[in-house]
Amino acid sequence: MGEGVTQPSHISAIGVPEPLDADATEAAPQGWLFQLQRPLRSLQRLLHRHAALGPLLVLVLSAATFELLNHRFLYLEDVSLMLQQVTVVGSLAVGQTLIMLTAGIDLSIGALMIFVQMIMGELAINSGVPPFLALVIGLGFGALMGLANGALVARVRLPPFIVTLGTLGIFTALALRLSGGATLFFSNSTNMLLWTGTLVSLGSFNITTGVFLMLGLYLLFWYLLTWTAWGKHIYAVGDDVEASRLAGIRVRAVITSVYVVAGVIYGLAAWVQIGRVGSVSPDISTTLNLDSITAVVIGGTSLFGGRGVMMGTLFGALIVQVFNTGLELSGVNALYLPLAEGILVIFAVTLDHWIRAVRH
Amino acid sequence: MSETLANAGSQGKMPVLRAKGIWKSYGRVAALRGVDIEVYPGEVLGLVGDNGAGKSTLIKCLTGAEYPDSGTISFEGEEVVFHGPLHAHQVGIETVHQTLGVAPQLDIASNLYLGREIRKKGILGAGLRMLDLSSMRRQAAQKVADLGIITIQDMTQAVETLSGGQRQAVAVARAAAFGSKVLILDEPTAALGVRESGQVHKLIGALRDRGLPIIFISHNMPILWELADRIQILRLGRRVAVATPGTSTMEEVVALMTGAKTMQEE
Repeated sequence: MGEGVTQPSHISAIGVPEPLDADATEAAPQGWLFQLQRPLRSLQRLLHRHAALGPLLVLVLSAATFELLNHRFLYLEDVSLMLQQVTVVGSLAVGQTLIMLTAGIDLSIGALMIFVQMIMGELAINSGVPPFLALVIGLGFGALMGLANGALVARVRLPPFIVTLGTLGIFTALALRLSGGATLFFSNSTNMLLWTGTLVSLGSFNITTGVFLMLGLYLLFWYLLTWTAWGKHIYAVGDDVEASRLAGIRVRAVITSVYVVAGVIYGLAAWVQIGRVGSVSPDISTTLNLDSITAVVIGGTSLFGGRGVMMGTLFGALIVQVFNTGLELSGVNALYLPLAEGILVIFAVTLDHWIRAVRH
Repeated sequence: MSETLANAGSQGKMPVLRAKGIWKSYGRVAALRGVDIEVYPGEVLGLVGDNGAGKSTLIKCLTGAEYPDSGTISFEGEEVVFHGPLHAHQVGIETVHQTLGVAPQLDIASNLYLGREIRKKGILGAGLRMLDLSSMRRQAAQKVADLGIITIQDMTQAVETLSGGQRQAVAVARAAAFGSKVLILDEPTAALGVRESGQVHKLIGALRDRGLPIIFISHNMPILWELADRIQILRLGRRVAVATPGTSTMEEVVALMTGAKTMQEE
């Protein structure tokens, strides 16, 4: 126990290996693989520090590749179209990111959006409710359904996967029941619910207000995640629940709030969707949940929580869109898109594993 | 051996934190069976016991992390029931738990201020709830430097990139920085290297000199002999004795811990 005995200084190094010692034991050069280690480790550290950097590089590289394959790819009209096409999944992915940062997952995301959209459409078209009120009620329903998800996860402590698998079925059925399976069209083009489809011209570049709404969401939640205590607590809860609890964070309140806020975001995504197509339909897409998860994962957010950034998700959603449009313009068979997405997802998660193993 | 449970050094003073007759069971296992503890102003109370003696459970009950099944806790003479860890923080009790209470993927400054973040002054803080990240980083660096921890420089570094010893240093720094009334250290140096342990021990001595009461769990007898004013021995969920380093020997304390020797009044 070293009573009064001063230990020789070198003994301390045995119990606690310093990074210096670790390097020294590997010091014998072992060919080109060894030569690569140092730059690889710097890269690992860089990507660890800046979570959006990896997705940004992939986005730039893939856009450049598709531009080389077909010079129409970066035409203004095509870029504008890509931005408009990404708005719905891009907006949904903001909510999915928040949930995945708490080590959760939301499979009900698309079903909830469609349900909210049907509520807005039913109220505004069939019930004669003023559009603004229909929008607010729809957003309120989004929050309420989010609260249901959140309460089951945080209070009843069910796994998010199971909870949202259940509500996926429930919301789908409710949307079908509400609409009777019919598509409703907006006859009045000045309807406020269609505002998100309004074209805005920046010189010769035309995009919709829905694009701005989506970008606004990213900006807002980037701010909330990086600059507020709520954001820090979301990361902490996803990272280590017990440590967060001991630090005095109200873990259940944080998790519940995330699902409620996500519900409101899905409501805004529903608004964007209505503006894009000018109608509401209960069967617009059945893969919105997986599409949003794909965007978040490719954007570098970890499925295990606590790691990821908003801008990464934006890049992730854009990467999927770039592949979508790029493959189409290159005349490649459409079946290769899911193939490319699948490879990207596995690559992104592999990269995440490697980055998390970082040591200084 | 000072075998009296009424303690010599602190007579006439009121304990800062005291627990009486605490019971706590997990299922059929009784972790605490009517344990008492009290810590007086300005003292370091060592807490020893074999594995499973109930040290960590007792600490959790004292800091709001667990609710005792029965028994009372009083803080500065008044009976209290802690509603969670935040409540204990608010009255000035800080703890370094055995399992590190840090979020590995957050940076050092965020971890130091986790649950008590500082907002910016004026409209940015009040309206936009904006955190004062730069001042939190600056103050975190100051607090870490005050501890003499020189191996941690960059407060924006994620805790998971630190060595085990450095992570524990962050946890100790946080508790020392915010513990205004009582500091509780549950084996804080178990994962530290010799030099870092020495710094933490030095810090404990400095905090004691400032009059901050400390409950210090450790298996390191020589360190307890150096730092503690009294040493409470737990065995099987009960207090079996309180020893004073001046009059007791390490062998006696170890014998009481393991049950090789028993007290008459127990």
